[in-house]
Amino acid sequence: MNDELVIAGRTITSRLITGSGKYRDDRIIKDVLRAAECDVITVALRRIDFDQPQENMLNYIPEGKILLPNTSGARNADEAVRIARLAREMGCGDWIKIEVIKDQKFLLPDNWETVRATEILAKEGFVVLPYMSPDLSIARRLVDAGASAVMPLGAPIGSNRGLQTRSLLEILISEIELPIIVDAGIGCPSDAAEAMEMGAAAVLLNTAIASSDDPVAMAEAFKYAVKAGRIAYKSGMASQSYMANASSPLTGFLDS
Amino acid sequence: MSFFNYIDQFNAIDINGFCSSVTARKVESILSRDTITEMDFLALLSDEADKYLENIAQKARLYTCRNFGKVVKIFTPMYISNLCENVCAYCSFARHHSIVRRHLSFDEICAEGQKIRETGIRHLLVLTGEAPGKASVEYIRTAVTILREYFSSVSIEVYPLTQSGYKEVIDAGADGLTIYQETYNRELYTRLHSGGPKGDYIFRIEAPDRACKEGIRAVTVGALFGLYEWRYEAFFTALHAAYLQKKYPSVEVSVSFPRLRPLVGDFTSEHILSDRQFVRILTALRLFLPSVGITVSTRESEALRNAVLPMGVTKMSAGVSTAVGGHSGNASTSQFEIADCRDVEKMCSDLISMGYQPVMHDWNNSYVL
Amino acid sequence: MNINITVNGLVQQYTDGLTISELLKSKELNALRVVVEVNKEIVKREKFDEYRLSEGDCVEVLRFVGGG
Repeated sequence: MNDELVIAGRTITSRLITGSGKYRDDRIIKDVLRAAECDVITVALRRIDFDQPQENMLNYIPEGKILLPNTSGARNADEAVRIARLAREMGCGDWIKIEVIKDQKFLLPDNWETVRATEILAKEGFVVLPYMSPDLSIARRLVDAGASAVMPLGAPIGSNRGLQTRSLLEILISEIELPIIVDAGIGCPSDAAEAMEMGAAAVLLNTAIASSDDPVAMAEAFKYAVKAGRIAYKSGMASQSYMANASSPLTGFLDS
Repeated sequence: MSFFNYIDQFNAIDINGFCSSVTARKVESILSRDTITEMDFLALLSDEADKYLENIAQKARLYTCRNFGKVVKIFTPMYISNLCENVCAYCSFARHHSIVRRHLSFDEICAEGQKIRETGIRHLLVLTGEAPGKASVEYIRTAVTILREYFSSVSIEVYPLTQSGYKEVIDAGADGLTIYQETYNRELYTRLHSGGPKGDYIFRIEAPDRACKEGIRAVTVGALFGLYEWRYEAFFTALHAAYLQKKYPSVEVSVSFPRLRPLVGDFTSEHILSDRQFVRILTALRLFLPSVGITVSTRESEALRNAVLPMGVTKMSAGVSTAVGGHSGNASTSQFEIADCRDVEKMCSDLISMGYQPVMHDWNNSYVL
Repeated sequence: MNINITVNGLVQQYTDGLTISELLKSKELNALRVVVEVNKEIVKREKFDEYRLSEGDCVEVLRFVGGG
């Protein structure tokens, strides 16, 4: 049976979503994407640099990929909405990753503004993928607001310490019907595998590939990790054995 | 979608077939996991899993301790009317039975309430039969209003109301609903309820949905075990509780497994639930839904109630009478024979000696504006 | 006649009545690879040839860059 991920009616075969930021050299992105075999790639929207007018991310992204612009830079819902509308105007689709970060110390997303932006943009027909701090009641509001997936962070940006929000991610995966895409906090392929083993629909990562010594090789490693984690999840993993503590038997009375 | 639509996907399920395919490895795998699915729950009711009952019970005790501590809520039922238009094959109150019928006046409700309050009870469950002409929504609402003066929490176990009916009763102060589907098997349900409005299977099964939509604080569901195959009823009861927990996250969901008891009439059952099966359902449910409440009523004996307490019970009744006006005298016929006759004081002291704290007052509806 | 327009935060002089298309061409920009906002309103690509800028307009020209 096909294990495809469907977001807003669009089928995606790769559960690895990569970012396009922080590369030493943007020209490597094409090779990274080929190694990662991903279908969806995030981009940001910024002012043109008139000194380098030909430099454009779209030059490096192969045909057929789904672009996922983010609203980075937005500090509230209104700014996110504005960026989203601009991004859609580019004509590369209507997917948008809502990223509203007011907090400059930890770069944690503002969940409430994210819900507000989701409501507005979903009504305008965007395919909304909101980035959020894992919180079950916020996730439910995002579902009601019309999000097409929910993207909880695995750990604060830059912490590089694995999936710190593990228990909350498990709750979201169990309770929310939309695809849960773990975004941020994935520092190494085993983190990605772990997220997939938990049952995440996909993972989104950028820095781990872009800042490695060999981004193309690292992209390939992540590709395998995501696939491995997904297959493991689907096959039902054997967990640690449970030791029954029979110091005081409970059901003995049934035999009498 | 309502629960009735939700369970459509399970209607073709071959429960016995599935259970006979469960292997030892499968059971061990389920026991090793922190969270299990509804099919895992069903697997725990298989013959293979029976061999692991002690393990399952131990794990259920662990989960109960983690989620509830060593605390048991105490409540008691108050039957205010046993007038009934229904013909339920298994119930003493069926309309064709010549029994003593009573329908308490509001003064009598006050008196009964006062008597019960003096025993220390603060959480009350109000019951009626189904006679909407007399035990109308207005009657129930008024009873709730009166009883809220005596008890900090008033729940109702009455015939299924419309959504606006629930709203009225909830606005009057009712914070809990108990309603048993009796049997989740629709065909059997129709046969058992040959007369009266209770024959409407869908209206009853969707009652918890309606109450939750009106903001009821707590819901208890379950089946009457003994009417149909135990695994079937356990499975659908578990599905019902899981569905309510997921769909109405702010509602406190509980489950009970009332077993058929001797009663007026000649109803006999081919599916009597054994003690062992009772324990199996209770412990498996605790593993499937670690945070669901589990109530054990006085249909069960003192010995059994004591024995199952550590495995998952969170609420117990005490000082029970299932007769209308049973506390203040001039009582009606009882709905069923009680097997545990401990009064409130004895129940509390027994719980304490078993290492549990009886909680009389857990919730007060006056905190809600 | 010249007008003062702010483009990406920089005030510069341009010919009065300059169209968006002409502005982009003057900056060697590919219209298909940018989005344009004038005074906080998005200008649709098909209007680039018609939309004429006037004194005091605030123009934003944006494109996709790397991002996570």
